[in-house]
Amino acid sequence: MVAEGDRTVCGRPALAVVGQAALLSLGHLPDPLGAGCSALTRSALLFLVKPSRFNYARPTSVEEVIGLLAAHGDDAKVLAGGQSLMPLMNARLARPELVVDINAVAGLGDIEVNGALRIGSVVRQRTIERSADAARIAPIIAAGLRYVGHVGIRSRGTVGGSIAHADPAAELPAIALALDARMAVSGPGGQRTVAAEDFFEGLFATAVSADELLTAVEVPRPPAAARSGFVEIARRHGDFALAGVAVSFEYVDGAVRSARIACSGVADRPLLATAAQDFLQQEDANDPRTFAEAGRRAAAQFDPPSDIHAPGSYRKQVIAVLVERALKAAIEGSDGADEARR
Amino acid sequence: MKRDDNHDGAIVDGEIEVRLQVNGASRRGRAEPRMLLADFLRQELVLTGTHLGCEHGVCGACTVLVDGAPVRSCLMLAVQAQGADVTTVEGLANGELHPLQQAFNEKHGLQCGFCTPGMLLSAAVLLEENPAPSSEEIREHLSGNICRCTGYVGIVEAVQAAAQAGGGAEASVATTPAAAS
Repeated sequence: MVAEGDRTVCGRPALAVVGQAALLSLGHLPDPLGAGCSALTRSALLFLVKPSRFNYARPTSVEEVIGLLAAHGDDAKVLAGGQSLMPLMNARLARPELVVDINAVAGLGDIEVNGALRIGSVVRQRTIERSADAARIAPIIAAGLRYVGHVGIRSRGTVGGSIAHADPAAELPAIALALDARMAVSGPGGQRTVAAEDFFEGLFATAVSADELLTAVEVPRPPAAARSGFVEIARRHGDFALAGVAVSFEYVDGAVRSARIACSGVADRPLLATAAQDFLQQEDANDPRTFAEAGRRAAAQFDPPSDIHAPGSYRKQVIAVLVERALKAAIEGSDGADEARR
Repeated sequence: MKRDDNHDGAIVDGEIEVRLQVNGASRRGRAEPRMLLADFLRQELVLTGTHLGCEHGVCGACTVLVDGAPVRSCLMLAVQAQGADVTTVEGLANGELHPLQQAFNEKHGLQCGFCTPGMLLSAAVLLEENPAPSSEEIREHLSGNICRCTGYVGIVEAVQAAAQAGGGAEASVATTPAAAS
């Protein structure tokens, strides 16, 4: 859960600033606070490195978690792997009064397979990266996770935590979107599932409300001819990407069908390149020009943000190239990394 | 994961006792919820081999093993380590230097030494999972540990030398019930 705070920092919603400041500290975004932000706030970002005081609960059931969230509202924060929340708390950009640690909640660490793949929200990224079930049903997850931080981050970071954090440049949200995954969300009114397209609502904002908990990510059973690929461009391995592309489609008799092309780093949330998807549905995938044209159409759809790392115009070019590479990688069965390294 | 009997469900609003295994020994200390595992190890248990660099998960200096998995101890609360099995750099040497420590010494894998504890523990996990890593695999695995002195060449050579000396399987780290959590 990412609760939306009502506090503001430098005129922006606290949560957006919190998230962006984390990106600043990780070298991801250039100037998240804007020129109007005081030097004091900036230095606070850099020098406060211990959390402020908070209360702590380690419930063992989803019901207890919901009860705590309902009782404490925006003052409570859910702690999963902590690889995004803890840096924010150390910098005191997040100052929850209550931390609800969901690592001991029964069932949230389970991986279930019944045709589909159900990944509990506190399953570690490193665990799913090495899961034979995930490799069989959705190999794109492991392909994408290789880009997520580093081993020490992934051994603690969780699948659900990354998706609930909803960083627009993150790998797992784009992969969830490409896979047409559904998020299982529990709240006071019971459980509901939310399609990936409806889940990501904006910068660090999701369909999970303050009194709800993301409990699992459900990846549908893939068709027999399913193909997928993930590529991204980052300035250093493990950094947030300038842009990334996750593709998933059926490859039947040399044709690409039902393609889903999810792009990260192009907006405030991962988005599907619908124009490119529609184009592929009609075209001959054996023609080498087809994927390049799909890339151009994907890029034309987006107006990516500019920052210190890259202007939006460059990101558009990157998206065009990455879409082409991801489609090729999916068909060749490679991870796309070899070409990306050239 | 149900290992913390003393505060499941209840809200903790002050110091509690944290009991855990550190380097094979039962240890206990006091921690309020906001105390980071790194500070708990350094201040409560006086295991100052764990170094704190950036304190927001970027530099990797504070890497320790929690139940065999490499973890940034600045991004984990001490109260979350209740009942856990933790290995710090102090747990590597067993009378004599761990093969990795020996190799870092011989291959100039360190200069100022600040990043070394995290480097050693990250590398130890790599060698357990992959006893003969290529230089590229070493670089990718250690990419979350930043060194500002060496330029990494000595570090990569040290890990390769330790691998050749059997630094993986034979000299496994004290604890380590499989790295997956």
